[in-house]
Amino acid sequence: MTASTDDVGPIERAEPGGSTTALSRGVGTGSKGTRILGVASLVALVAMLSFGLVFSPPEATQADAVRLMYVHLPSVAAGYTAFFITLVASVIHLRNGSVFWDLVAGSAAEIGVLFTVTMLVSGALWGKPTWGVYWQWDPRMTSTAVMLMMYLGYLALRRLELPPAVRSRRAAVLGIISFANVIIVRYSVKWWRGLHQGQSIGVDTQIDGLILFSLFLGLVSFMLIGAWLLVHRFRVAWLQHQLDQVDLEHALAERRAENEMIGMFGRRSDGDVQPGDLGAST
Amino acid sequence: MLRDALLMARKDLRIELASRVALGQILPFGALVLIMFGLAISPDLSVLGADERSVLAQVSPGLFWMAVLFSSLLTLGRSFAIESSDGNLDALKMAGLDPAGVFLGKAGAVIVQLLVLELLLGFGAFVLYDAPLSDVVLLVTALILATTAVTVAGTLYAALASGLKVRDTLVPLLVLPVLAPVLLAATLATEAAVFGSSEDGWSWTMLLGVFALLYLGIGMLSFGPILEES
Amino acid sequence: MDRAISLIDQFPALAGLDLTIEAGEIVLIRGANGAGKSTLLRLCAGLAPLNGGAGRVLGYDLSNRDQRRRLRREVGLLAHETFLYDELTVEENLMFWARANRVDPSSVEPVLDRLALSGRLRNIKVARLSAGQRRRTSLAVMVCRRPRLWLLDEPHGGLDQAGRNFVDGLVNHAVGFGATVLIASHDIDRSSVLATRTITLAGGQVQAHRAGADPVLDEPTDDAAEEQLRAP
Repeated sequence: MTASTDDVGPIERAEPGGSTTALSRGVGTGSKGTRILGVASLVALVAMLSFGLVFSPPEATQADAVRLMYVHLPSVAAGYTAFFITLVASVIHLRNGSVFWDLVAGSAAEIGVLFTVTMLVSGALWGKPTWGVYWQWDPRMTSTAVMLMMYLGYLALRRLELPPAVRSRRAAVLGIISFANVIIVRYSVKWWRGLHQGQSIGVDTQIDGLILFSLFLGLVSFMLIGAWLLVHRFRVAWLQHQLDQVDLEHALAERRAENEMIGMFGRRSDGDVQPGDLGAST
Repeated sequence: MLRDALLMARKDLRIELASRVALGQILPFGALVLIMFGLAISPDLSVLGADERSVLAQVSPGLFWMAVLFSSLLTLGRSFAIESSDGNLDALKMAGLDPAGVFLGKAGAVIVQLLVLELLLGFGAFVLYDAPLSDVVLLVTALILATTAVTVAGTLYAALASGLKVRDTLVPLLVLPVLAPVLLAATLATEAAVFGSSEDGWSWTMLLGVFALLYLGIGMLSFGPILEES
Repeated sequence: MDRAISLIDQFPALAGLDLTIEAGEIVLIRGANGAGKSTLLRLCAGLAPLNGGAGRVLGYDLSNRDQRRRLRREVGLLAHETFLYDELTVEENLMFWARANRVDPSSVEPVLDRLALSGRLRNIKVARLSAGQRRRTSLAVMVCRRPRLWLLDEPHGGLDQAGRNFVDGLVNHAVGFGATVLIASHDIDRSSVLATRTITLAGGQVQAHRAGADPVLDEPTDDAAEEQLRAP
């Protein structure tokens, strides 16, 4: 099955054997859309910082530590969203084998890992003033740590030297079952801690309006940043894919030249195989 | 499918009988892990007041399962090394064996090997850590279900890494996080069975069963796509 | 095969190869090391991916996963790997593969006899066999399977004169039963005695044809012909 390369982004394709200037000449990963997205996330970030650090009051029980929540909770949301995108992209890739969705899955997982680390670090920093220890074996934190390891494994699998078709298919399978795993780990750890001690931290009923608003701003800015990162990460991955294709064209041309050189009666001049012929198979 | 599974399992067990890798290498390794835990934790350590048992005895179920997990990683690695050393996965594909059958067969053989290993390691933990035993039925049920869960999930992940040169380093990273719930449930169920301490033993055992069934399903479905093209 | 392209780890082992082989032919595939011989055989076995172009083997479309799966069952491959379990004896290996291939286990015995494996060797672990004996065992598994297409990668390598004659006998026997045989070898003198046609590969493409029937290239052949490698 020859995968279609119709879903190519805005990036020009270099001709096999020709110059690769199309790739090297200022084709960045930015576009009008992403610049707007970037500016928007910057604005949201500034707003979030000013509300989170200046305008919003300290919380009744947690005092200033609550400000860490403006980073922590949005990281949770953005992280889980990213892994959910990996799940969806993996399902689509497994169905139609397109390179596009494979790269989306991989890019989203990387961003998910990034947010997960933010989540863990901010959570641990919050735990020190609140609980007196960095790591409380809180069910959410514990299951998040396990989840981080799971997706590091996923990324490790993606980095392996395998035929691309094999690698992307295995990654897709892993991307799907990893998400199922997140849920299982989550509930079992919760149950485990629930037995040993009560629910670790209950959300206080009284939440100041400004605190809620700062939280909301945090959510917006992290989602925007996540989207911006995802688009750029994907475009880098796509460029890499294009570059691999170009390398492949060269390799094919060289391979054919071997024949021409030895061939006393080369039966056919090698035609230009269209790059489309070379999409990752099946 | 079942026919293929039995064929694969019998073949794997026959290979084990001929080569004695699990019995001669992996079992001693597991026992060694148990001994090393004893050295790391110290048998003299005990919490004052609460329980007169030593800390080592109290945490023995968890240590036992850690030893089993480490051993299972080796057993799984061995199970796939058999297939990839001479390109046999290709031949299995050419024979047209049902992927789900291959999955069940490979998992089945590992389950049998691990159960034997656990029996011996369990006896070791019983002796070394001075652990008591109160509910044999629960213990055996938990042991069987946990082993199935570990193996089924492990086989799936080992297959994901099969045919790779870095298999040995990748498999633990992929498998262990997934087995975190199994470690939890197995340890707590075993604690309940050994100390008779908690009534939750059976619910944890249930969780083990659910996990095993879930991964059995996932494995049978996804083994085809994984083995294809590899 | 029509402009078949096959990538092995991103290296274009086959780079636009055209080839048509009629049923019942014995084709010798020559070429320097790395010319793409082994990849061509793996492609025909449905094991290597077809990354470009089109290919049809025994009537099965190589670009279709299900058809490739069915193709695999009708093809026998003797490769650099021998597909044997080191820890099992020769007989155990044969019995396992016979069962795996759904071949009547009673047919193993005559094959053991025919390949001179029925004596002392049958109860020896494969790990202890010599390279030649190992290939013979692999060949025995293949004979048991009765494939329609035989793909032999350097079948004479590691064999003594008697063993080579023996392989030739097997090949002729197989063709007598209607099988098609592809032999990849750089052992020209040896194999061309057998071959009805010789093809030289270089740079992942067909470089030359020689002897035997006039090669049919790029000519749309009829769909009915089953045992063919052909350009669609």
